[in-house]
Amino acid sequence: MNRRDLIKAFAASASLTVAGRVWAAPATDARLLVVFLRGAYDAANVIVPVGSEFYYATRPTLAIARPDAGNPNAALALDAGWGLHPALRDSIYPLWAKREIAFVPFAGCTDDLSRSHFETQDTIELGQTVGGSRDYRSGFMSRLASELTRVKPISFTDQLPLIFRGHAQVPNTSIASVSKPGVDDRQAQLIKQMYTQGSLANSVAEGFRVRDDVYKSVSEEMTAANRGAVSPRGFELSARRIGHLMREQFNLGFVDVGGWDTHVNQGAATGYLASRLGELGRGLAGFAEEIGPAMWRDTVVVVISEFGRTFRENGNHGTDHGHGSVYWVMGGGINGGRMAGEQVKVAEATLFQNRDYPVLTDYRAFFAGLIQRVYGLQQPSLERIFTGIKPKDLNLV
Amino acid sequence: MSITASLGSRSVAKFLIGTIIGLVACRQPAQAAELAAQDVALLDRLSWGVNASSAAHLREVGVERWLQEQLHPANAALPPAVHAQIEAMPDVHRFPFDIAVAFDLQAKSANQVADPEQRRAAQTVFQQGMNDRVKQAAARTILRALYAPDQLRERMTWFWYNHFNVFQYKATIRVLLGDYEDHAIRDHALGKFHDLLAATLHHPVMLRYLDNADNAAGHRNENYAREIMELHTMGVGSGYTQADVEALARILTGVGVDFASEDPKLKPELQSQLVREGGFEFNPARHDYGDKTFLGHQIKGRGLAEVDEALDILCRHPATATHIARQLATYFVSDNPPDALVQRMAQTFEKTDGDIAAVMSTLVHAPEFSATLKDGAKFKDPVLYVISAVRLAYDTKVILNTMPIQGWLNRLSEGLFNHETPDGYSMLSTAWNGPGQMMLRFEIARAIGSGSAGLFKPNEPNTVDQPAFPQVMNALYFSTIRQTLSPTTLAALDQAVSPQDWNTLFLSSPEFMH
Repeated sequence: MNRRDLIKAFAASASLTVAGRVWAAPATDARLLVVFLRGAYDAANVIVPVGSEFYYATRPTLAIARPDAGNPNAALALDAGWGLHPALRDSIYPLWAKREIAFVPFAGCTDDLSRSHFETQDTIELGQTVGGSRDYRSGFMSRLASELTRVKPISFTDQLPLIFRGHAQVPNTSIASVSKPGVDDRQAQLIKQMYTQGSLANSVAEGFRVRDDVYKSVSEEMTAANRGAVSPRGFELSARRIGHLMREQFNLGFVDVGGWDTHVNQGAATGYLASRLGELGRGLAGFAEEIGPAMWRDTVVVVISEFGRTFRENGNHGTDHGHGSVYWVMGGGINGGRMAGEQVKVAEATLFQNRDYPVLTDYRAFFAGLIQRVYGLQQPSLERIFTGIKPKDLNLV
Repeated sequence: MSITASLGSRSVAKFLIGTIIGLVACRQPAQAAELAAQDVALLDRLSWGVNASSAAHLREVGVERWLQEQLHPANAALPPAVHAQIEAMPDVHRFPFDIAVAFDLQAKSANQVADPEQRRAAQTVFQQGMNDRVKQAAARTILRALYAPDQLRERMTWFWYNHFNVFQYKATIRVLLGDYEDHAIRDHALGKFHDLLAATLHHPVMLRYLDNADNAAGHRNENYAREIMELHTMGVGSGYTQADVEALARILTGVGVDFASEDPKLKPELQSQLVREGGFEFNPARHDYGDKTFLGHQIKGRGLAEVDEALDILCRHPATATHIARQLATYFVSDNPPDALVQRMAQTFEKTDGDIAAVMSTLVHAPEFSATLKDGAKFKDPVLYVISAVRLAYDTKVILNTMPIQGWLNRLSEGLFNHETPDGYSMLSTAWNGPGQMMLRFEIARAIGSGSAGLFKPNEPNTVDQPAFPQVMNALYFSTIRQTLSPTTLAALDQAVSPQDWNTLFLSSPEFMH
């Protein structure tokens, strides 16, 4: 019985309740990592609408060529309408072949039309409606963590992001530069003692615990046999460490990757966006490798971004702020190799405000549907995470 | 060291101060003794951190005169040892524009080298040259923060740089970044908001960073137009629309950057419209001369004057007054500043046509501000944390190398000129007090508290550390700071086994984080 069957079987049975809470996350090995591409990546040049004449007409310098086995700069065929950026050939494309990745086009935030990075990132991380008053102390992954048992959340970021702020104390850790702690155990005890009262008590106590765990894990990784590969850098190094840590101890993670705001000279098959993508792809593939084949089967990685970009290229071989994006869902056990969710033909007539991709799959309905599948959460739990939202089941897990 | 903590009486403390000063420093007047904790807290909040000499100065002139000195700084002379360090920087004696032109030429010639190996080498030299410019600029920022007498202006300079944030690694911004901070920002940090906004708009660094240098008629780029309204003036959700963004982008067409010695070739009828000042250029051939509707105003298409008109509209918009007031109050008062305070500051902003010193005067004289001094409500962001620690530890003993501080700030994710996106660093405590962040702070506390940490090793080859040791437990500590510590903190400090250990614990304490 694989985990998917297990969850189905579980969901069918009467719900177990422990201490007033639904006993969710029956499989302790379920892993979820959310990757946030900050800066609104140009989804249309990554998951390329190769079936659209309009795409080729409106992106004279940016368009990625239609799939062509003889052209290394051509898109890689996904299905009749879509292709993948060639910078992802060695990292992400093999996952498509193995049906371990699905793309959700026309995804994003239905109710945030500010086209502001910061505003829309906040909206998505909070997972609350735009109209009402916001609670900046409650991010949706934090609320998810509160609904799960045996959950070990972590944010692989230098600062604790909005998405993980809330009642559950979630540690954050800088993952790119982990060094041997200089503050020794005696000092750590005294410092913890100073913080026993006051609002930072949990933060400090949790910090010391995670500091030691992460240092141990990373120093093991460094002493472990080098795989003979070139030493990875940047996001790839971070992603491999995340893979290692999520295999060993954490099961609910968040990481963000910046640098996607391409107003000028974003490049096409090669260039700025292509190299950024290449690093992202290598990082995600490195993550899958580190977490290992057994755990990968029970892992779901979701790649999102705040919004898409203008469909037409601007005057500077770049793109401006848009609306709909494309989300990625990957993992060893997912129902991939397909474009998931509601779709429309990519054409001038279907653009939102004659400018950008429409949003047909709202991020909250999407996440609600996904976490329902992954964790078998019941409706009251989902309601606490995404109030007033009907989950959209894209049959991804 | 632990005996001092257990001796509570003032006379014993005074005796010890004398002894400690006699033993280690011989430089601090012990006159800070009679300052009220509240006054020290005010000094701490409005400067880059209290130290013995700044406390002594406050005691000498009194709170109100100190505030006036800070709001309207007349004499901003740096101490001679600091001035000398800055004067020794090569960039200080060259016109920034000349430096930029030289770099532009260097980039072009590096890219033209035929041999790929040599080309890469030339490009590396070019990159290193740009990095040096930023290191020098950061060194100036840090030295001023540590030692400038006009402390509030330095805090405001940091605040406004962050408000009009640019990221060092975009294009060749590094070359002129120091000039941007020194002239576009610092010169107007306590002046009129309109002048400040205009100075950033006329600076090549901003025009490159937010891509307006590429914004031209028929090749529109809306990036800068959007961020002016969203971040620099009115604030997101204040009522402007996508159509306003597009109108402002059209108004800003032709506003760009040009380091060439020759003027661009123009039709005769356009030549009188050309404006070039340093690297700034308004190129009429790139401007969209159509009429625009912007925030309900009809703007007649006529060239650069449209930009002035748009800036006036933005600066006089009530949303701008509120947005700026709220940002300032968030930085100086609390994460959630009281609405009444924000409103009064916004009123001052509107009444005085955006006089920043007047708005700050409303802030510092508000009861809401005084109220937050008592509870230490404001959590220090990393820059304030590090600078205040070094100020307290070394007071007037001038450091010889800012690179350790630049490194700590980068590790703490608040490196100078290093925020990639235009929103600037967060001013909210929740962005900085997560578990991972706290661990890093304790590491930095240890680095600062344990010895000279490389701060007194001149940043040149073959130099050695000069003797120095952080004096955190000083006269100010005994006269004022100690009385503000909780019993828990005092109990932990009591267990210190060495001065290094004591410093590390003190700089790690909850009280010093606020």
